[in-house]
Amino acid sequence: MGISSFSGWEVVIGLEVHAQLATKAKIFSGASTAYGAEPNTQACLVDLGYPGVLPVLNEEVVRMATLFGLAVNATVARRSVFARKNYFYPDLPKGYQISQYELPIVEHGELFITDGDGNERRIGITRAHLEEDAGKSIHEGLGASSGIDLNRAGTPLLEIVSEPDLRSAKEAVAYLRKIHTIVRYLGISDGNMQEGSFRCDANVSVRRLGQKELGTRAELKNLNSFRFIEKAINFEIERQIELIKDGGEVVQETRLYDSDKDETRSMRSKEEANDYRYFPDPDLLPVEISEEYIEAIRVTLPELPDAKQQRFVNDYDLKSDAAAILTTSRALADYFEAVVGATDARAQVAANWVLGELSGALNRENKGIGDSRIAATDLAGLVNRIHDHTISGKIAKQVFEAMWEGEGTADEVIEAKGLEQITDSSAIETIVDRVIAANPGPVEEYKAGKDKLMGFFVGQVMKETQGQANPEQVNQILKAKLND
Amino acid sequence: MTELHSQTLTELAIGLESGDFTSVELTQALLDRVAEHNDKLNAFVTITADEALATAAHADAARETGSGGVLNGLPIIHKDIFCTRGIRTTCGSKMLENFVSPYDATVVEKLSAAGAVVLGKSNMDEFAMGSSTETSYFGPVRNPWNLDCTPGGSSGGSSAAVAARIAPAATGTDTGGSIRQPASLTGTVGIKPTYGRVSRYGMIAFASSLDQAGVITRSAEDAARLLGVMAGFDARDSTSIDQPVPDYTLSIGDSIKGLRVGIVREHFDAGLDQQTGARVKEAIAVLESLGATTVEVSLPNLDLSVPTYYVVAPAECSSNLSRFDGVRFGHRAEDPEDLLDLYCRSRGEGFGDEVKRRIMTGTYVLSAGYYDAYYLKAQQVRRLIADDFKKAFANVDVIAGPTTPSPAFKLGDKVDDPITMYLNDIYTIGANLAGLPAMSVPCGLVDDLPVGLHLVGAHFTEEILLRCAHQYQQQTDFHTACPEAFK
Amino acid sequence: MPLDKDQVHHIAMLARLKLSDEEYAESIEKLSKIVDFIDQLSQAQTDGVVPMAHPLDAAQRLRPDAISEIDERDAYQENAPAVSGGLYLVPKVIE
Repeated sequence: MGISSFSGWEVVIGLEVHAQLATKAKIFSGASTAYGAEPNTQACLVDLGYPGVLPVLNEEVVRMATLFGLAVNATVARRSVFARKNYFYPDLPKGYQISQYELPIVEHGELFITDGDGNERRIGITRAHLEEDAGKSIHEGLGASSGIDLNRAGTPLLEIVSEPDLRSAKEAVAYLRKIHTIVRYLGISDGNMQEGSFRCDANVSVRRLGQKELGTRAELKNLNSFRFIEKAINFEIERQIELIKDGGEVVQETRLYDSDKDETRSMRSKEEANDYRYFPDPDLLPVEISEEYIEAIRVTLPELPDAKQQRFVNDYDLKSDAAAILTTSRALADYFEAVVGATDARAQVAANWVLGELSGALNRENKGIGDSRIAATDLAGLVNRIHDHTISGKIAKQVFEAMWEGEGTADEVIEAKGLEQITDSSAIETIVDRVIAANPGPVEEYKAGKDKLMGFFVGQVMKETQGQANPEQVNQILKAKLND
Repeated sequence: MTELHSQTLTELAIGLESGDFTSVELTQALLDRVAEHNDKLNAFVTITADEALATAAHADAARETGSGGVLNGLPIIHKDIFCTRGIRTTCGSKMLENFVSPYDATVVEKLSAAGAVVLGKSNMDEFAMGSSTETSYFGPVRNPWNLDCTPGGSSGGSSAAVAARIAPAATGTDTGGSIRQPASLTGTVGIKPTYGRVSRYGMIAFASSLDQAGVITRSAEDAARLLGVMAGFDARDSTSIDQPVPDYTLSIGDSIKGLRVGIVREHFDAGLDQQTGARVKEAIAVLESLGATTVEVSLPNLDLSVPTYYVVAPAECSSNLSRFDGVRFGHRAEDPEDLLDLYCRSRGEGFGDEVKRRIMTGTYVLSAGYYDAYYLKAQQVRRLIADDFKKAFANVDVIAGPTTPSPAFKLGDKVDDPITMYLNDIYTIGANLAGLPAMSVPCGLVDDLPVGLHLVGAHFTEEILLRCAHQYQQQTDFHTACPEAFK
Repeated sequence: MPLDKDQVHHIAMLARLKLSDEEYAESIEKLSKIVDFIDQLSQAQTDGVVPMAHPLDAAQRLRPDAISEIDERDAYQENAPAVSGGLYLVPKVIE
């Protein structure tokens, strides 16, 4: 499935992200939001919707929403209102969710992605609003019952809604990755899709090219990895196109993505045309945000991914791709810059090591940069030893592995294993002479014109020196002696 | 010494301080009256005799060491809408018949911290929805002035108990008149403070933007004392206002000379019973004799206040009552077939007719296609009504009129027609819509049944209302009249 | 304008209320009266009037982001009709 366009058809995608805000306490109560507690041990009376209790707003969520709004160039509302979204479901204890409806805290934002052809595309963000999360239901192991855990009820969410500006699954993923990066950069969400702190829903519709009206859209849910999102959207696009081609009509419905079967399925009607009867929550007053507050938050904005990426390209002479990967997380970018700051080598070299060996090691162990077994300054130390020719790049890989296993800094490993590069010309000459003497056949062939054999000779010398001979010098000396 | 049960809270406080009697003696005397009279009145849902006596004993000990609060050892009753830790809180409903709250409402906490003794939880219209206490799951309350009549509602139990001298004071809540109307019909004093003056935390919600906690007593002086304890900012209630609470008992003794009293042109019309109107006019004349001046004011949108209320209140309550679903507390239907059955039957069985009717009305006015015509429209009219009051208060300090259009009606009289029942609230509802403080003060009898003078003030002018009422009560003795059977 | 049976059924369903046939009949009658009554609002002149959601002209107060609640599950679940392993039980929901 690598097709990013369906000829004759246009795809229209709008995305909703629910990002759990990383506060200590819940949006309307003082219960903890920590993940993984025993059922209902973090559900206080307010979260349980007990009779007589009332919500009080957590100031941190206002700060976080404001920060997000500023980061995506949006308008932060001077006045926003909480509204009740009324429906019945066991994980919704009050029988309504406190959300925002007509007057959300953030509106009219944007972000930029690179499309399939490498062009920058602007994607509109319609709005972002604050709301409380619902609890969780457990359906297995309880016989004819389902069990409700309300620990999650009341956790703050920022719901981010895009304009239906996306035109392919790839773009959708690019947008989502961008949002994911931004919220982590801002420190407002840990973006953990497995734990459910970053949830994506996609609204997908198709229309024939040139058609003015939008097609009927289906909402895709249960998309918990970027890979699945792309597959789900592509499946859905194909499904809708086939359906229309066969003379059918797309139904407006919610569909779940089944990753095992790689297909979307209609959800058994949980919604049955829900009328949410939104109205302003009378237990809460309008949230008023002043200019001063907004400016005070604005100065705390960190350098954002796009700006950082551009700066890496400009200041470190990196390619756009490499800079993009290095800036996917603030932690990774900071690590990289720490390495650069501690070495005289070109930043590109540092980038190669961070994106190559280091990322490889991290991925193999499913670790993030925060769990790296090699500190940035130590990696810089390794880079420095290549830079000053103490070791070759090849040997450096060995050193890296030893460092990863905790055997010490680059210098310690080099010393302990005696890996210093051999740069003593006379030592190399001795070995070169030995290799030439031991291989009369190939020497003759080389002298007869088979230049390719230089690689063989270099290999032999390196073998004799356990790879520690300085490759340039080996080449030089070999050439000199063989061309005699 | 006057019988303990006939004394006001203020008199009892003096008596306790002077050592004329102990809190335990007082509490026991009142508990005896509960036992003697409650069957007739059905004013209580739960009587907390043991707890009351224990608190009273505690209060007596505290008095010895001078460490008691300002209400030390004084008995009160809580309307069964206030959550009381460890004591059943039913809200007059089968839905919460066995609900024991794990926490105290702020109002309960404050009064207990001041040393009050709680005799029990009073009966009320189910979920505060009603004007006669006839919708209570626990049966209607009767008016001590005439046992065939209603004491009003929804704080009927509180008003009946105070009028019958079973307790000197009782808490109540007022959403459309539920403190003031029963006070009027039972010859007691009832005050609903400014919206946000008293915390709603722990007060089971009916209509969140209208509900306020208040108190029913036999004198303005008593109301002043209690309100001072109940009022104040509460961080747990976002609609609670952070404004200092004055000592309401300090200024009630001041003269009302020069007080400008507004008389609403639209009040004295055909809907008002002639005799009731006469009592109210007489009361206003007393105010004038004390130096107040009267000014005619107009509240042109007054007649829309009842339909406005009956859009806003049901809308909010339909949402507030969604939490009663049989899952975490409250009535749960037996052997539910599926989730839908659990919800529909638990709620169908747990709620009474009036509550279901208001939930459905509220659901309707918020539903798709109707929101603009009803809910949004009602909120606009609400602003018009609030603005009418604002304009009036530019020229007057207090607005005076009747609390109810007539005295108490017979039980069963209005149950069939919801609209006739709703129109009982015509004079009181405006204050809830605009969030204004208001009180009812006994001003005489009509056919041997009490009626009340209604006073409304601008935001946070409880002092003016209490002073006006207190000065009136220095000149009249309607508030000391007791129904014959309860003397 | 009176409400019809379908409307009342729909409302009762949205509100998750099970009503008996008599209750339905009574509801249709009484709700229709109530709707008639509140229809009076349409007479009011409200162009340009800002709806009033609160009697107070105040802004929402903010509280600090601090954990102030402890685990009191057992106390709270004393009121629960059906629990198991700390979970509130409902008839199985199929999603």
